[in-house]
Order: sequence, then C-alpha cells, then structure tokens
Amino acid sequence: MARRKKRKEIFALGNEAVVEGALLAGCTFFGGYPITPSSEIMEIMAARLPKIEDGVFIQLEDEIASMGAVIGASLAGRKVLTATSGPGFSLKQENLGYAIMAETPLVLVNVMRGGPSTGLPTCPAQGDVQQARWGTHGDHPIIVLSASNVQECLDMTVTAFNMAEKYRTPVILLLDEVTAHTREKIEIPNSGEYEVFSRTVPSMPPEWYKPYEETVRGVPPMPPLGSGYRFHTTGLTHDRNGFPTQRPEEVEELVERLHRKIDQFFYDIQLVDTVMTEDADIVVIAYGSVARSAELAVQQARENGIKAGLLKLKTLFPYPRRQQEKVMATAKTLVVPEMNMGQISREVKRVNTGRASVRTINRIDGQIVTPSEILKVIMQG
Amino acid sequence: MNGFTGNEIIHQYLRHNKKFPHVLCPGCGHGIVLGTLIRSIHSLELPKDDVVIVAGIGCSGRLAVYVDFNTVHTTHGRALTFATGIKMANPKLKVIAIMGDGDALSIGGNHLIHAARRNIGITALILNNSIYGMTGGQSSPATPEGAMTMTNPFGQLDKAFDTVELARGAGANYVARGTVFHVKKLEKVLTDAIGRPGFSIVEAITPCHTQFGRKNKYKTPVDMYKWLKSSAMDVERYNELPEDKRAGRMPIGVFVQRDREGFEELYYQRQAKFLEKVAKGGK
Repeated sequence: MARRKKRKEIFALGNEAVVEGALLAGCTFFGGYPITPSSEIMEIMAARLPKIEDGVFIQLEDEIASMGAVIGASLAGRKVLTATSGPGFSLKQENLGYAIMAETPLVLVNVMRGGPSTGLPTCPAQGDVQQARWGTHGDHPIIVLSASNVQECLDMTVTAFNMAEKYRTPVILLLDEVTAHTREKIEIPNSGEYEVFSRTVPSMPPEWYKPYEETVRGVPPMPPLGSGYRFHTTGLTHDRNGFPTQRPEEVEELVERLHRKIDQFFYDIQLVDTVMTEDADIVVIAYGSVARSAELAVQQARENGIKAGLLKLKTLFPYPRRQQEKVMATAKTLVVPEMNMGQISREVKRVNTGRASVRTINRIDGQIVTPSEILKVIMQG
Repeated sequence: MNGFTGNEIIHQYLRHNKKFPHVLCPGCGHGIVLGTLIRSIHSLELPKDDVVIVAGIGCSGRLAVYVDFNTVHTTHGRALTFATGIKMANPKLKVIAIMGDGDALSIGGNHLIHAARRNIGITALILNNSIYGMTGGQSSPATPEGAMTMTNPFGQLDKAFDTVELARGAGANYVARGTVFHVKKLEKVLTDAIGRPGFSIVEAITPCHTQFGRKNKYKTPVDMYKWLKSSAMDVERYNELPEDKRAGRMPIGVFVQRDREGFEELYYQRQAKFLEKVAKGGK
C-alpha cells in the first residue's frame, strides 16, 4: 500500500480555515459584504477564488444582495459560500427562508458578535444561536453547525457543504470571535481524503422531470439552470411541479417533506464529541470556543477526583437530543456555559424535563468563559 | 386560421403543464408586456434553455410562472440580486429580471443602482403601473404627485421617481421606456435591450385600472389606454417641446445607449489573463 501523502500544515486563523474547507469542498462562488469579525473570510476568498478556473468572487452592495447572489449562483449549479456577522445575519434572514423553501444548497458562515443591534463588533459572543434556528419566519427545519477550534473550522466547513448538497438546504456555520480569530497550526487534508458530496442531478429526460417530486430520501434531484430542465423556482408554497399552490393537501405535503428530509437523517446530521462522559456524574454541554474552556475544566475536575465529562456540540440544530439523553443516563448534573443569556440551555432543559439538575453559566459582557469559571461550578456539584 | 397573428409564437412559449387561467385582472397591461417579451426573445432566436427569467414579487412577479423558460420567482425587491448570482455563475445565460415599480425602485432601489453601476449583463424589465397592485393599491415610488391611493388620503405628497433619470445617473448601458399602448415600439426597445451586452433597463408603462385608475378618474381599462395614447410621445419630439408644454407628457423611446462590456465579461477576461500569468510561473 502506498504511504499516505503527508498533509500540508499551515498556521491559520479560524476564518482562514473556513476558506480552506470551502475550497476543499468544491466551493467556486463567494458573494458577500464586509463585516467584522467575519471579513477575513471574504478577503481571503477574494484572493483565492480567481485562481480557480471559473471561480467567482463578487462583493455585493449589501448583505441582502449577497444572499440573493449566492442563491442565484447555487441555482445555476455552483457550490456557494457567504459569510457575515450578527447584523448582517439579520439582514440575510428573508432570503435564507427563500433558500429553505426553494431547497437551495448554500453555506452561510456567521461569526457571531455581541448584540442586540450593532452591539459589540469584535468581542466574542454566542448570541445568534436562536436567531440561526428561528430567524426566518414559518415552520422549517434548519441545520446549524459550530466549531470550537481552527482545525474544526476547516472540517466543519467541509461538513456544512456536504450537508447542504446532500439535503438541498442552506447550512449555517456559527463561529464565535475567539474561534474565528485564533491562529493555530492546522492540517490541510489532501484532496480525496475527505468525502466530498455534490447534489444529485436528474437522470431522467427533461420532460419527465418534476422539480419537487417525492423521493426515497425526500430530496429531489436538482439540475443547474440552463441545462435543459426548465422549471419554476419560487418562495411560494408550491406543488410538485414547482407552481404556486394553496391547496391544503399540497401545502402539507411540501412542508412535511421539508421536515422529513432532515428528520430521517438525524444520525448523519447531529454531530457531537464526548470527553469522559461514560461514567460522568457531571457533564458540561458546550460549543464553540467555550467548549475548549470546558474541556480543560473537565480535566482539572477529574484530577480533583470529580467524575466530570464534556458533551461538545458540533451540531446545534437539529438539537442532538439523543446524545444528551445518553449522557443523562449517568449524569445528575448538567452544566451549560455559554456567551449569551441561555440560548442552548433552553434546549438542554427542554430535553432534560427535570431529570438532572441544569446549571448555567452565562456571560454577556463580551468576555470569554474561562476554564476556572466552569471548574468552580463543577466543584460546587 | 383564427385570425390572430402571433398566436402560434405565444403557444410555443407557454407552459403546457401550468394550470391556467393567470392571476391578472381583465384589462391589465402586464399580459401585453409578457407577450412583447416573448416576441422579443423569439425574434432574437434565443434557445429556451439559455433564457432565465427572474421575477420579483407582486403582479409582475407572477408573470414568470406562465412561460416555459428557466424561471425564478424571488423575494420582494431582490430579483436583480438573484439575477446577478446567476449571470456570474453562468455568463452564457441570458438573464432577464422582471420587476414592478415597487420592486425595482423602492425595496430594490439599491440593487437597481448598483446593478447599473456594475453594468452586469442583465436586462431589467420594469413594469411601471404607478401603484402597489397586489397588496391593494398603496402608493409606490412611481405614483405621480397628487394621485390618490389607499395610503394617501390627501393625494400623493412626494414626487415620483423618474426611472430613466435614475438609471442614467447610475450608469446603465441602455435605458429605454415604452408603453403597452405602443406595443411595436416597446418590442423594438426590448429586443434591442436583450440583445446588448451590459446592463439594460426597459421601463414599460402599463395601466392598473383596478387599483390606480379607479381612484384617479380612469375608471375603465379603455380610459387608461386613452391616457397612454395621449400622454406618451417620442423622446425626440418631447425634447423639442418648450418647457411649459411638457407638463403631462411622457417621453418614450431610447434615452441612453452605451456599449460598455458587461461586468461578467470583464471579470472572466481578467481572470483568464491572471490564470495565464500564473501558469507561466508569475505571481
């Protein structure tokens, strides 16, 4: 067997790792508008994309236009990325809903900053968790991922693209400022090393094709615009042909399928890492840079003879319910540290339903959650 | 034969699997614009697969659903943003954005000026009926001063946007205005616009007697078409009129004609040069 080619190592920012991941996943289109702390993603894309054949970088007039442009490009067959931060994320919401309804794959990176409003431009925060889930109107599923270190920024970006293409849906990658602006050594996988998934295109003749037909996976094949499959794309509730409808049975069928295509693949979508949870009495549930503080706190707790563990959420939505239930088999206490007033602890409590005691650590002052803060709460039991 | 010339052309482009009838009111001008657009595309001999119609929201936004092209019905005001992504992703496609006056000039005003400034190869077809029709007849940025609308109990207070002047100022390559009464002229400018590189804007004045006419002394569609007939005049003739005679007249025709390359052409050209340099070992 040939020896595996050594991976290239670079010293990179989290935002830079996102770009590496996107290019690895086959992204050839970036549309965006600058906003801190996400701007490096755009700047590096501006330098990198023109070096790829057919790679398109475009700076749009605003966040809304950026979102529209990436949807358009995705409809035309590209793998697309846009990046933003808090206020820009709010502006993108309407078109995000469109992408969900029209089943358009895209990856949206939101490097969170404190809010509300223009808030804390370059301070770490995790205030957009529930906005990512419920920011756009109506009943819809959504995939929200996060990363806690620079290597994960790369890996999770590849995962985000794969999920977007696999399930024909927008995928949101939530980073916090600490992760996005930390510089670490990372390994760039060689091409072919990671699985890269692309959307299924129709194989039937164009006249047989129905753009929103039921399939086994619930995900209809998607041809690029201009390839001979002419159909109507709309944000209105539509029938299997893509035409607007208000018939109750057709409306129900569509919305149910949108949910089902995500729901039946929870095992593929809900990603977590666990650290010493098998016998843990106390489990910390954390995500983003806070998970790194939590990991150190858990190790220190173990050194002090306390059976602590960490459930690190890499997928925030659909919320990894089963994985939490698994740690609750032994854990009597759950500790949820986060840089907001309690946006994931809501989910933790929802799944918990009074079985374990849930303790929260919340910072909203633009400062990170430190290991000692978490350790203090763990030691209190 | 049935006596309707052009009927066969329309049938070639309508969607056979779409449930008709359409949503437009009897007497609405939007259908005339759509027919004109189809004849323009037909005369340019564009293959159906190469045409993408991107539409916004409102009565005009619904036109896309009836025709057998690649059609995208977007969010309100954002047709040009989707169109920009499509054109940049695949410059071979002929992208036409259909918008209403609210779509193009109000919520999408920023996108319109920037698409014009960027000079991206899209044709913006603005269906101006001076009113928000589908939402029930509220003022639009194109509602004339003094006109009555649902949201203007004293008559429209602010001045209407002049699409042509706006587009000219923003740097559009080609700017024209027509009306649904002067169908042949509209078809000519639309064909011209679609056939050109860069960003082109065609404003089609189309009547909404249901929401606009009813409140403004044009009770029937016929009244509205008579108004179009009497107020519109060729821009060349209009320019010769003394200032005091211009009130109430609307110039139609071609206002701006430049031949700059489209943004997407420049981008791909520059990229090709760059890649060539890289291949030769340059930086």
